Amino acid sequence: MIINHPLLGPRFASEFVILGDASLIKRPQWDEEDAAKKFYEYLFLRDNPCGIHQELWFHEFGDRSWLVVTRNTETHEILGVELARDIALLEGRGK
Amino acid sequence: MRFSGWKIISQGLSGNRGWRGMWRNAEPKLEYDVIIVGAGHGLAAAYYLAKNHKISRVAVLEKSWLGSGNIGRNTTIVRSNYLLKENQPFYELSLRLWEDLEQELNYNVMVSQRGVFNLFHSDSQRDAFVRRGNAMRFSGADSELLDGNQLRKIAPYLDYENARFPIMGALWQPRGGTVRHDAVVWGYARAANNLGVDIIQNCEVTNFLIENGSCVGVETTKGPIRSARTGVCVAGSSSLLMSKVDIRLPIESHVLQAFVSEGLKPVLSSVITFGAGHFYISQSDKGGLVFGGDIDGYNSYAQRGNLPVVEDVCEGGMAVMPIIGRAKLLRMWGGVMDMSMDGSPFIDRTHIPNLYFNGGWCYGGFKATPASGYCMAHLIACNDSHKAAKGFRLDRFEYGNAIDEKGVGAQPNLH
Repeated sequence: MIINHPLLGPRFASEFVILGDASLIKRPQWDEEDAAKKFYEYLFLRDNPCGIHQELWFHEFGDRSWLVVTRNTETHEILGVELARDIALLEGRGK
Repeated sequence: MRFSGWKIISQGLSGNRGWRGMWRNAEPKLEYDVIIVGAGHGLAAAYYLAKNHKISRVAVLEKSWLGSGNIGRNTTIVRSNYLLKENQPFYELSLRLWEDLEQELNYNVMVSQRGVFNLFHSDSQRDAFVRRGNAMRFSGADSELLDGNQLRKIAPYLDYENARFPIMGALWQPRGGTVRHDAVVWGYARAANNLGVDIIQNCEVTNFLIENGSCVGVETTKGPIRSARTGVCVAGSSSLLMSKVDIRLPIESHVLQAFVSEGLKPVLSSVITFGAGHFYISQSDKGGLVFGGDIDGYNSYAQRGNLPVVEDVCEGGMAVMPIIGRAKLLRMWGGVMDMSMDGSPFIDRTHIPNLYFNGGWCYGGFKATPASGYCMAHLIACNDSHKAAKGFRLDRFEYGNAIDEKGVGAQPNLH
């Protein structure tokens, strides 16, 4: 697989490590009423779809940026790559 | 038909005209006592339901042909060398069932207890293996610790002086070994069939029938089939099937690749695992070296992997066993693994009455086949966990009861 890094261009997937489903960006708040249940679901349960999947990849042997990669889990085709930072900023997280 | 030496002689003398198919190709009835989805572990579950619990109105539904899933596509190793108390007694039960399986099924599944060697390379790793060996013995399993000199006599071809991972010895389980994977499918299918179980191939389950909040059967590509109880044993497809009833599982599906070399004369007398270098190997009875390593690491349903892991596995092989350098790779394949959040499986009820779940086997499901079926049958028949599988609860993470052999946390691609 070749991941088209938004800053560095096409890079071989073996330069990266994968963390998992991109929903892991959306960590629950610790002071929510049902925080224990929400953290259980956040940490342990997965949609695990067959087909389009958004996931977090870390460019460990590169510029050490976090990417959100949209990939088809049935064919391994990579459909889109964005910086996780940009997505978090778009959602109003961080400053 | 009961197989025996006498049968072979009499059939040989009469032109081998009397052999029959191993099982009937059943068409689904309208209703069963139990439906098992998935004919891997599911075949074993159906067999033990009929044998141990006298429930024979059972159907096993397989979406493709029998043996097309992971049970017919693995590296055939059986062992019981786990550490944790929730795992080790279960895998030891499985190894005991393997030891008697040929007599039990009246079928040659080629159980070969050729021994499994786990190599160690440092003092601390040896200490960890001493602890593991003791844990194995507590469960009634066998284990021996070999130092480098003892191991050299058994496996002189290993690279003992490797600069990064010098081989100091191995934890040896003499009763571990290999079993012919296809024969396990056929043996269980034949034995279950003889007890009245319907085996229905090319019948994919598309949904569950839910009435008043409880499961009363399944929708399939061959129409709806009703059942009093339904068990799901679909490994890599677990998340897809359970999502039909809005159950999110603590499972990710990943691809694991395995490799077979061209046929060679006997060179490896046992199973050797090189955990530090992500490589394990045995030799099949046809002579091919059967080996594998880590999963690729990303979610996948593709049943094929990528080349970096091929390179990684072959490098591991060359590092520990340079003699295989000239062997040519004959074939390689990828399977979909149901990787759980702690590396351990689930055999449990769901929150929907009469719907039972079996999965999360990671890349170690083959060795568990007999015990998985045994405990799944017990769960379905008694609506209660078998004592060997009590820890394999579906909701264990909610209560902090993870069974994490490696201690790496909720990161499925590291187990």
